[in-house]
Amino acid sequence: MELFTYERAHNPEAAVIAGAPSRAKFLGGGTNLVDLMREGIERPSALVDVTGLSQTIVETAEGGLLIGAAASNAAVAEHRLVRNRYPALSRAILAGASAQIRNMATVGGNILQRTRCRYFYDVNGARCNKRDPGQGCDAIGGFNRYHAVLGTSSHCIATHPSDMCIPLVAFDAIVHLAANGGSRSIKLAELHRDPGDTPQIETALDPGELITAIELPPLALARRSAYRKVRDRASYAFALISVAAALHVDDNRVTDVRLALGGVAHKPWRALIAERALVGQPATYDTFLAAARAELRAAQTQRDNAFKPELAARTIAAVLRTLAEEQA
Amino acid sequence: MTDSKNLGKGSSITRREALAGGAIVLGAIATKPLSAAPTTSHSTVPKTVLDPLIERPGQLGTPRSRRDGPLKVKGGARYAAEHHLKDMTYAALVFSTIARGSISEIDSRDAETSPGVVLVMTHLNAPRMGAPEPFLATPTGASGSSHPVMQDAEVFWNGQPIAVVLAETQEQADRAARLIQITYQAKTSVTRFSEAKQLETVATFGGEKLQTVRGDADAALEAAPVKIDVSFSSPRHNHNQIEPHAVTVAWQGKTLRMYDCNQGLSLTAATIAKVFGIEPAQVHVSAEFVGGSFGGKTLWQYHIVAAAAAKLSGRPVRMNVTREGVFRMCGGRAPTEQRVALGADKDGRLKALIHTGFTPKIQQNAMTEPFIEATQRLYSSETARIEVRAAHMDMLSNTFMRAPGSAVGTYALETAMDELAEKLTIDPIELRLRNEPDVDPTNGKRFSQRGLVQAYQMGAERFGWIPRKGQRLGRREGEWLVGTGVASAYYPHYHFPGGAARVTITADGKLLVELAAHEQGVGAATTTAIIAAKRFGIDFEDVEVRYGDSLLPGSHPAGGSQQTASIGATILAANTAMIAELAKIAPQGTPWAGLSSTGLTTVRAGIALTERPSVHIGYKELLARAGLQAITIEADAATPTAAETWSMHSYGAVFCEARVNADTRELRVSRVTGVYDCGKILNAKTAASQFRGGIIMSLGLAMMEETQFDERTGRIINASMAEYHMPVHLDVPLIDVAWTDIPDPHAPTGARGVGEISMNGASAALANAVYDATGKRVRDLPITLDKLMV
Repeated sequence: MELFTYERAHNPEAAVIAGAPSRAKFLGGGTNLVDLMREGIERPSALVDVTGLSQTIVETAEGGLLIGAAASNAAVAEHRLVRNRYPALSRAILAGASAQIRNMATVGGNILQRTRCRYFYDVNGARCNKRDPGQGCDAIGGFNRYHAVLGTSSHCIATHPSDMCIPLVAFDAIVHLAANGGSRSIKLAELHRDPGDTPQIETALDPGELITAIELPPLALARRSAYRKVRDRASYAFALISVAAALHVDDNRVTDVRLALGGVAHKPWRALIAERALVGQPATYDTFLAAARAELRAAQTQRDNAFKPELAARTIAAVLRTLAEEQA
Repeated sequence: MTDSKNLGKGSSITRREALAGGAIVLGAIATKPLSAAPTTSHSTVPKTVLDPLIERPGQLGTPRSRRDGPLKVKGGARYAAEHHLKDMTYAALVFSTIARGSISEIDSRDAETSPGVVLVMTHLNAPRMGAPEPFLATPTGASGSSHPVMQDAEVFWNGQPIAVVLAETQEQADRAARLIQITYQAKTSVTRFSEAKQLETVATFGGEKLQTVRGDADAALEAAPVKIDVSFSSPRHNHNQIEPHAVTVAWQGKTLRMYDCNQGLSLTAATIAKVFGIEPAQVHVSAEFVGGSFGGKTLWQYHIVAAAAAKLSGRPVRMNVTREGVFRMCGGRAPTEQRVALGADKDGRLKALIHTGFTPKIQQNAMTEPFIEATQRLYSSETARIEVRAAHMDMLSNTFMRAPGSAVGTYALETAMDELAEKLTIDPIELRLRNEPDVDPTNGKRFSQRGLVQAYQMGAERFGWIPRKGQRLGRREGEWLVGTGVASAYYPHYHFPGGAARVTITADGKLLVELAAHEQGVGAATTTAIIAAKRFGIDFEDVEVRYGDSLLPGSHPAGGSQQTASIGATILAANTAMIAELAKIAPQGTPWAGLSSTGLTTVRAGIALTERPSVHIGYKELLARAGLQAITIEADAATPTAAETWSMHSYGAVFCEARVNADTRELRVSRVTGVYDCGKILNAKTAASQFRGGIIMSLGLAMMEETQFDERTGRIINASMAEYHMPVHLDVPLIDVAWTDIPDPHAPTGARGVGEISMNGASAALANAVYDATGKRVRDLPITLDKLMV
C-alpha cells in the first residue's frame, strides 16, 4: 500500500473539493477499494471518506425512493419500502457477499466496485488491459469461467461483479452525481460501459465526480419482482449468472416486463431484446425461453464459459415462469 | 502394541536414533504394494493380548470438549504470528513470475530506501545454507522440497520466493516488496499436463513402488462377462488452513528460536538444523496452537527465509504469509488422471481390477499422490493391475493434503463400483459385500480388524438406504431432482516410530504428561489427557498435558492420522516404566515392593496387584512414604511392528442425498450419513467433529474445489479464498456420523486414526447420488453445474 492522506467529508460540497485532485479517491465502506490498495492496483494519494454523507432512504414526491449513496447495503436490503416495493433489490443485495461486508459496503461503493477477474488482480504475474492499458488480456485463453459473454471485446472480457446493480438497472434507477462544477443525474444503465478498446475506463463519470444518491422511479411492476443468482456454491460466491426480473401478466399475456442480467457483461446487462420480444406474447415457458435465447444470440463465449448463454436463458425462463405462476 | 514382549525401552528406537537416521521414520507404513500372493499359513502370528483399557467397558470414548475451547473462543490462544519479540521486524516476500529460468537482475534500490526498511535479502546476500531435506526422502526430512533457498539465481516454479523485505512495520515491508524490480532469463519449462505425461515413469511413495500386479488383469477384463472401463480426472488443490502459514523467529545466542505453526516439530528442528549447519538441539521450535494443518503445515521456504533474514539482520522476524503466499509457496495436491476398469462374473464377483493413472510431481520431493491405496485393500479380485505413473513438472511442490491419494482415488474407484453395480443389476452395497476379502487382497495378511460390512449395515439403517437393482430411484421434489448414492471410505493405519514422553506424578497425586505432540485444533491434547487418565487410573481433571515444543520428548508427527496412535503407544510405555519406578519406591515388605510391571497395574489413582486389584496403594501415599515431591520417568514407545503381521486399515460407508436444480443444474447436498470403522473411538465428541469436517472437505472436493493452474505460465490464478471455492455454511447439510467402535486388538488403545478417513467416500457417494438424481455420470471433478447441463 502506498502512502496516502485521509480526510472525512461532512457534506458533498466539501467532498468534491477534497476529491478533485487526480489521484484522490472517494472511500465508502472500503470493502473493495482497500483490497485493491493492498494489492497495489489502486494507488490513491488521498482518500476522501464519504461514509458520513447521506445514508437516508426516503420516498420521493413521485412515489419512488431516494437512497443516499452512503447507505449501507444491509440498510437498503432491510428497508421496509425496498422490501415491499422493490423486493428484487432486497434479494439481490442479500445474495451478495457476507453479512459483515454488507454492513460495511455502501451503495455508492457497490456501484463503483471493480471486476474480480483474477488476472486483473495479479499485478505482477498476469497481463491486463484494464490495469495496464495495452498490455494484453490473459483472461482470454485462460481461466474465464466467470467472465463475460455479452458486449465483450478482444481487449477485455471482465464482468461487473455487483448483484445490487442488476435490479437497479432493471428498474431504470437514476444516479445522482455531484462535482466541483455542479451536479447532474444519469441513468444507471448509462453509467457503466462496455470495455471496447479502453477497458480501463469503466464508467461515464467525470474525474472527481461523486455519486450522492440512487433514485428508484415509481414502478408498480417491481412489487412482483425476483432475483435469482446462480453460482457454484450456495453462498459467498460471485454470480455465474444472475437474473433480476419483474413481470406483469394479464389474461395469460405478458403486458409488461423488466429484465436484467448479472455475470454476463462488463456492466449490469439490461435485456432489452428479450423484454421487447416478450411484451404481448403468451406467458408460457417456451415464450420466455425463446425471448431469453434471443437476448443471448449475440453471446461470444470463451474456453470455460460456453455454458453461460444456455444457463442464462434457462434461468431467465425459470424466473419468469415463477413470476407468471404467482399471478396465475 | 499389546504384546508384552515389545514393551519397554529395550526394544524401542529412541528419538536420538531416529533423528540420526537409525530408523526409517515411515517404516511402519502398512502399504507394501509389491508383496507376494496371499499366504495361507499364519502360524507365526503372535498371540493377541487385548489391552485391558479396551476390555473395561466405558473406559474410553466418553465425549469430552476440547480443553482449550474457552481459551480459543476468548481469543487467548496465541498462534505463530501472535508472538511478539523485542526489536521484531516484519517480513514481506516477493515471488517469481516465471516457471523456470534464472534471475538476471534485481533492482532493489527503491525498496532499500523505502521508509522503515531494515533489510532486503535475495540470493545475492543471503547466508550460505544447505538444501532442506524433503519429507519421506530422509528419516528426518520435513521440507516440502529440496530446492535450495535463495542460494543462486535459479527459478524452479512460478511463485518461488526470490526476495524478502524486513521492515519496522508490516505495511512498510509490503510496500517496499512491491518496489523490487526483477528481470528474468526464462528457460524451457514443463507446465502442461499433456506434455508431462510424455515423460511418465512408475511412481514411488515412501520408497515403495506404487504398483500391484496380480495375475493377468487385462486378459481377465477381456474375458469378463460384465465390465466397465472408465476414466476420471481430478484437479489440483491447494491448502487453505484457516490460519495462513506464519513463523516468528529469533536467534538467541546459538539457539534458533521459532514460534511456528507446525505438524512435525522434531522433524522440522532436525531439518532446519542441517540447513544452517547446527545441532538439532540448537533449534527450538514450538507450536502450541495450530489453526489447521491437513498435511500442509510442514517446513516450507518461508521458515528458512525468515531464519536467514533474522541472522543477516540480527533482529527477530515475524513472517506472516499472505493467503496468496500460501498458494504460491506452500504445496498442494497434484491433479490426477485415472482409469478404472472392472470385470466381474454375472454374480458380481470381481475377476479383474485395474486402477491406473497419472499424476505430476516435482523433481525435488519424494511425494507422489498415491491414489491407488484404497484399491489395494477394499475388494478381492482374482486379478489386479494397480499402478500410479508420475512425471516431473515445473510447478509449486505437490504435497500431502487431506487424505493424500485416497481422497481422489476412492472417488474414481467408488464411482466405478456404482457403475458396475448398475450394469450387473445388483444393489451397490450388495456388490461390495460380494467382494469382501477374507485376507488383505494385496499382501495376504490377516485383517487386524475390519468392519466394512458392519459399517454398511449400520449406515444403510441410519440413512434409510433403499436397495436398487440397476434402476435409478431419483425423484423430483419441486424444482429439485433428488437422488441418493453410497460409497466406501478407506484410509491406511499409520504408526510411526519415535514416540516418547516424560511423565511425572506429583505428591498431590496429579499427573503431568510432556511430549512433542501437536494440537492442530482437533483436540489432540484433550485426547492425550483422556488416554493418560485412563491408563494411570486417574481423574481426567488431574492430568496436565504439555505439548507443542521440540524440546519435549518424542517425535509424534501429526500426519497420516497417526498422532493419537503414537501417543497411545507412548503412554502405554510410560505407564509400564512408571509402574517399575513406583514398585522401586514402595516400602520394603509391602505387597507392591519390587514387583515387575506385569505384576502391577495402575487403578484408582494408585497401583494394585494385577491379580488382586483390591491390594492397592494410592500415588499420594506412595510418594509420601518415600518422601518424594514428584516422581518422573521418561519412556520411549515400543517400535510399532503390528503392521508387519497384520493388515491394519480403516474403512467406512458413506451415504449421500444430492439435489440438482432442474433449471440451473446447481448441485446441493441435503443429507449425509458416514459410518466409520477406525477401531476404538477415544473421544466421541472430537472424533465426531473430525468425521464431519472430513465429510465437508470431501463434499467440497466433489463440488467445487479446484486450483486454477494456468498452463501457459505455470501460475496459480485463483490464489484467494474468494475464488478458490470451499464449502461455506450454507453448503453443509445435516451430517450424521457413527462408528463401529470395534477395538483393533493390535493398535494402541484399540484405536486407529480418525483424522482423514472421512475425506474419502463422501465425494463418490455424492457423485453416485448425482447420477441417481440426473442420470449423468460426472467423471471430472469438480461436479459443477455446467457438467450437468449437457
